[in-house]
Amino acid sequence: MNQIQFDAVIVGAGGAGLRAALQLAQSNYKVAVISKVYPTRSHTVSAQGGIAASLGNVVEDHWEWHMYDTINGSDYLGDQEAIEYMCREAPASVIELEHMGLPFSRLDNGKIYQRAFGGHTQNYGGEPTRRTCSAADRTGHAMVHTLFQKNIEAKTHFYSEWYAIDLVKNNQGGVAGLVAMSIETGELVFFKSRATILATGGAGRIYATTSNAYINTGDGLGMVLRAGLPLEDMEFWQFHPTGIAGVGCLITEGVRGEGGYLLNGKGERFMERYSPHLKDLDCRDVVARSMVMEILAGNGAGPDKDHVLLKIDHMGADLIRQRLPGIRELSLTFANIDPIKDPIPVMPTCHYMMGGIPTNINAQVLTQDNEGRERIVPGLYAAGECACVSVHGANRLGTNSLLDLIVFGRAAGLHLEKALREGIGDTSYDPEELDRINARLGRWESSNNTEDPAIIRREMRETMQNSFGVFRDQKYMEPGLKKLQELAQRLQHAQLKDKSKVFNTTRIEMLELDNLMDIAVATAVCANERKESRGAHSRYDYPERDDKNFLNHSLYFQDGRLGTRPVNQTPKYVPPFRLKDREESL
Amino acid sequence: MSNQSRVMTFSICRFDPENGKPRFMQNFELDIAKVKGTMLLSALELIKETQDPTLSFRRSCGEGVCGSDGMNINGRNGLACITKLHDLPERVILQPLSGFPIIRDLIVDMTPFFTQYEKVKPYLQNNTPPPATERLQSPEERAKLDGLYECILCACCTSACPSYWWNPDKFIGPAGLLGAYRFIADSRDTETPARLEALKDPYSAFRCRTIMNCADVCPKGLNPAEAIAKIRREMLHQTE
Repeated sequence: MNQIQFDAVIVGAGGAGLRAALQLAQSNYKVAVISKVYPTRSHTVSAQGGIAASLGNVVEDHWEWHMYDTINGSDYLGDQEAIEYMCREAPASVIELEHMGLPFSRLDNGKIYQRAFGGHTQNYGGEPTRRTCSAADRTGHAMVHTLFQKNIEAKTHFYSEWYAIDLVKNNQGGVAGLVAMSIETGELVFFKSRATILATGGAGRIYATTSNAYINTGDGLGMVLRAGLPLEDMEFWQFHPTGIAGVGCLITEGVRGEGGYLLNGKGERFMERYSPHLKDLDCRDVVARSMVMEILAGNGAGPDKDHVLLKIDHMGADLIRQRLPGIRELSLTFANIDPIKDPIPVMPTCHYMMGGIPTNINAQVLTQDNEGRERIVPGLYAAGECACVSVHGANRLGTNSLLDLIVFGRAAGLHLEKALREGIGDTSYDPEELDRINARLGRWESSNNTEDPAIIRREMRETMQNSFGVFRDQKYMEPGLKKLQELAQRLQHAQLKDKSKVFNTTRIEMLELDNLMDIAVATAVCANERKESRGAHSRYDYPERDDKNFLNHSLYFQDGRLGTRPVNQTPKYVPPFRLKDREESL
Repeated sequence: MSNQSRVMTFSICRFDPENGKPRFMQNFELDIAKVKGTMLLSALELIKETQDPTLSFRRSCGEGVCGSDGMNINGRNGLACITKLHDLPERVILQPLSGFPIIRDLIVDMTPFFTQYEKVKPYLQNNTPPPATERLQSPEERAKLDGLYECILCACCTSACPSYWWNPDKFIGPAGLLGAYRFIADSRDTETPARLEALKDPYSAFRCRTIMNCADVCPKGLNPAEAIAKIRREMLHQTE
């Protein structure tokens, strides 16, 4: 296997990876960005509504208010130190993006346009605020292109269409780089590196209905699990309320921020009943649950009463064309509906992974030793959706994800730059690691294998959808977990039906499925273990939040070991926010 | 969302550099009632899953914003993920984007495309120190970027441009030039003179013959030809 030596390797070229790359490109270190797609194909491109920051361009705002909303939205599972860091850094991070050229929409006074979004309030739970900085409804597209462009300027070295396969560890429990495959040629290369940043995004493809791209297969999470490191809070998946019914692709919450609202089949604004204060602008978990309850009560819309409607025509054609052109395009394409005239049929769709690779606020990856002591994994960082720092806790607020990418992508770059200067980086590695990786790749080559990976993938996604959706219960989750474990076993004997080298997408999809399966099982195990309802994890059999027993992060190792981490309640600059019931806090 | 029963024939260009055979067209028949999803991409996914796992194509977002699955569909470039099966005739001929080297099946080498894009310095340049807050831009100034910044770099336009086929190394092509004009039009960019100067040679921008294929095929409804015309107009203003 060929080896190339780098100071830092970044896996993933979405918002977090590109932001980290930019930080490091400006240093004189040798940095590579490995991405399985061209950078502008990364899923950040699909983000619509915007990025939260307390600029106060429309109404008074403070980062402390943003912090409060984020903690409350997280159902108190978010780490307060990390949330404080993110919300304090938000305004400067957004201004920095503007200086880079991001084409934000503008207010009449020339400042960045800000719109309302769910769960964001004024003055600690008051009226809805306008905190979301947006570029029409294409903010993620504008962001990923701007960052890609700045990386072109900075001459960042991209390995586009290279697929990261596995981390390579050294004998001291650190990471010495990774093995990746050129998708175009099938060549394997060991990227030996003093440090590795994982920025591989989410894994929504474990569900049958998702807003996520085909590429969102959680590759970094699979790599981490196989390296014997834990994942955190994998039971928490966000179901975005407004996916186009029957399709899953997203209609931004910004639609409701601009004045749109939900209607049931009888034409009633049902959110007024479920959430009298914030109504359609309540947190996503609340709105998604209300929609499902409304449909289960027989109040759905359409011939099968299986969805609800999102009405925006009252905003007027001009405003829709100006502020929401992308969602109009999507709903014309995918639902044959022009929202200027008719309401859009919507249903919750799997959207975001709150859990991920545990990190501290410097984006350094954490693990726990056998005695339960927390340890930093030398040479390994993670940022963006693949990481769990944890700023989203049990439920993420809309537009906090683009913020997370930028703030912690930058934090990873900053910390690593300093660490490289101070001389970190063990260049030794364990040669047995390369054998292990080769063996894993060779496993599917045998012609004795008979299982069809396409069938396994379909069954996995359906199991997740049916047993680990918006509402959960032991009586579905236990058999669901068993089914997943059986599928995971079958995947060991799956047949690779294309053994060629050049641009073999079938091989890549099998490797992706391996990662998805690990993540699905992790989700199922953690969801069964958490016997309470908190944020997006909502159980019929345990309907209440249980702070006494479950106010902690769950940790999952692939060998079956489970653990917990305490929730951080010690911010640096403000007193801690006390635990509250979410409804009384608004 | 599902489709009504209809058997369609997908005639797809096949090429595998490992088997030494020249390209050929292979027919796949599919009753689209079995396809989950109403778009061409979903049909291709099902063919790959159930008929031929070696069929190769790119895809990512599946909703027309990432630009991965540009291909030639019955003679016209477009994105498979937002091309409705319903709008296609019974026989669909799929070719890789023309003007680029073919790697395998519907996958072309995008390197020349991105090389041309990078030539226009597609990033904001501003030679004044940044203020503590955002650089102000009026809604009218910002509106000048509409129709430009939305480009998804799918290469449908450049691949449809005969001028690009003739001079792929010297003519920037419609996507790159749209990118160039996106920064020329940005009130925050101070490098317009240098940007125009760099495009003044007979090839970079002037090989555009206003054939208009670019605007015709753009899946995002953008008009690169108009942007190229505006670049030329700005050059004239500059010399006046």
